[in-house]
Amino acid sequence: MTTAALKEKRRQGRWNALLLAPSGLWYLMLLILPLIVIMVYSVGERAPTGGYQAGFTFDNYLNIGARWTAFKNTLLLAPTGTFICLLAGYPLAYFLAVKANPRMRLFLLILVVVPFWTSFLIRTYAWMFILGGRGLPHLLELIGLEGFRFINTPFAVLVGIVYAYLPLMVFPIFVSLEKLDKRLLEASDDLGASPFATFRQITLPLSAPGMITGCMLVFILLMGEYLIPQMLGGGKVFFIGNALVDLFLQSLNWPFGSACAMALVFIMMVTVGLYLKATRATGSRDVSLM
Amino acid sequence: MLRAYSAFIYLFLYAPIALIVVFSFNSGNNASDFQDFGVDWYFKAANNSLMLAALENSIIVAATASVLATIMGTMAAIALQNVRGPLRVIFDGLTYIAIMVPGIVIGIATLIALVTTFDAANTILAGIWPGDAPPKLSLGYGSIIAAHTLFAMALVIIIVRARIAGMDRSLIEASADLYADPLATFRQVTLPQLMPGIVAGFLLSFTFSFDDFVIAFFVAGSKNTLPIYVFSSIRRGVTPEINAIGTAVMLFSLTALITAQILLRRGNKPTR
Repeated sequence: MTTAALKEKRRQGRWNALLLAPSGLWYLMLLILPLIVIMVYSVGERAPTGGYQAGFTFDNYLNIGARWTAFKNTLLLAPTGTFICLLAGYPLAYFLAVKANPRMRLFLLILVVVPFWTSFLIRTYAWMFILGGRGLPHLLELIGLEGFRFINTPFAVLVGIVYAYLPLMVFPIFVSLEKLDKRLLEASDDLGASPFATFRQITLPLSAPGMITGCMLVFILLMGEYLIPQMLGGGKVFFIGNALVDLFLQSLNWPFGSACAMALVFIMMVTVGLYLKATRATGSRDVSLM
Repeated sequence: MLRAYSAFIYLFLYAPIALIVVFSFNSGNNASDFQDFGVDWYFKAANNSLMLAALENSIIVAATASVLATIMGTMAAIALQNVRGPLRVIFDGLTYIAIMVPGIVIGIATLIALVTTFDAANTILAGIWPGDAPPKLSLGYGSIIAAHTLFAMALVIIIVRARIAGMDRSLIEASADLYADPLATFRQVTLPQLMPGIVAGFLLSFTFSFDDFVIAFFVAGSKNTLPIYVFSSIRRGVTPEINAIGTAVMLFSLTALITAQILLRRGNKPTR
């Protein structure tokens, strides 16, 4: 390598370091440091007046059973919600990618994705309104069906979940279905396979990467959900997120809260690990997160 | 049948939104009983000083956080295309962690890290401050902006990097062949090509920050943002005013989002 080239490379290196410095600093101060602090707090003790007191104990982790209901609800309703999103979202993604009028496709797709980014709070509030006493149950009463109650039940939470996260499931499945080589479907048809057999043996396996990505995205966001159980579960159906808010803002038990948060992060890391393994196995990481 | 099913899903997605919009024009006092058409609740909301203060906070926070995130994220994305090895792996890893760790954990972690740091800093400040009233660090704009910038920056990095990956490199080479210096190439060739990604990243960052409840809930201190205000008024009971505020907010973010989506789509088409 010539001196000029080496000099150029060094200049480039300095330039890159300069460009990366602000974001690197941000990651250090607002991601790495806080996560380390939470790790340290999780083995500490609760100060008598609330907050944190230095210490080294695993009691907080051993005590997680005290919040078992929150973990149980989350680990039950998050996978259930994810699965319903998959069942409900797949046909729509299929319609958009295969059947929809190509000129309308982009518009229809945007129409699905947009609600996901639009005021989560207001959209969940809409369901409080619909499922609440003066909403659907009131309408059912008018036609003679009495005694229905939806709000503050696991059902209401599931409706809120599917409503909020369906777009996130549809998008990656759509991407993988759109990439699918349509000639494979024709070939299968020419070879006398029934539409169902074609779907089961070609379309479904080839859209697996999209399904896996969609499921993972929805599941991960659901694990940390707070607003939906808070608003539609009304304190009866609560998630880990609700337990965390209670521990940090109400009972001020920061060390125990930190331990619960660490447990949540741990479950998520295991999920992401499984996801990476699965995507490597299916050999496709091109249906990425966004 | 598939068509009917899809229509049903669109109905499911948009009926609740439509309901909020319709009831925001209800002039009656009762939230669930449509009495008369009117824009009374919009006027009420527009004169609600608590709401306006929260709205102002939200705009300040979202504007600052999204500008910071767009600048820092774009810088990082541009540098990362030339970086190989452990540095790149670490950066990519951190970007994914920032996106993946639930907002609630980010909120909590930032809260306790900041409170701990502020406590220590305030003690020191009180010790060395010459006057009577030493400045006190506390949660507020700064902490919300900092926490929102983290997530938004990761978002910008991912979007702009995807855009760089899809960029036509031959144009850059052509520019160099025509004796443009690197800065001129960057300004006249690279930046215009990256622009749709950068603008989309900015718009998504703004909407994220404007819409975020859970992170702000922890690190806002005594400051109210609009989602925090709406959340606490919902707790106090459903009123038609929330419908009016909600409609206005949705209209606003819808515009930003559709722009972002169109830019992203158009940007992703192969350039010739």
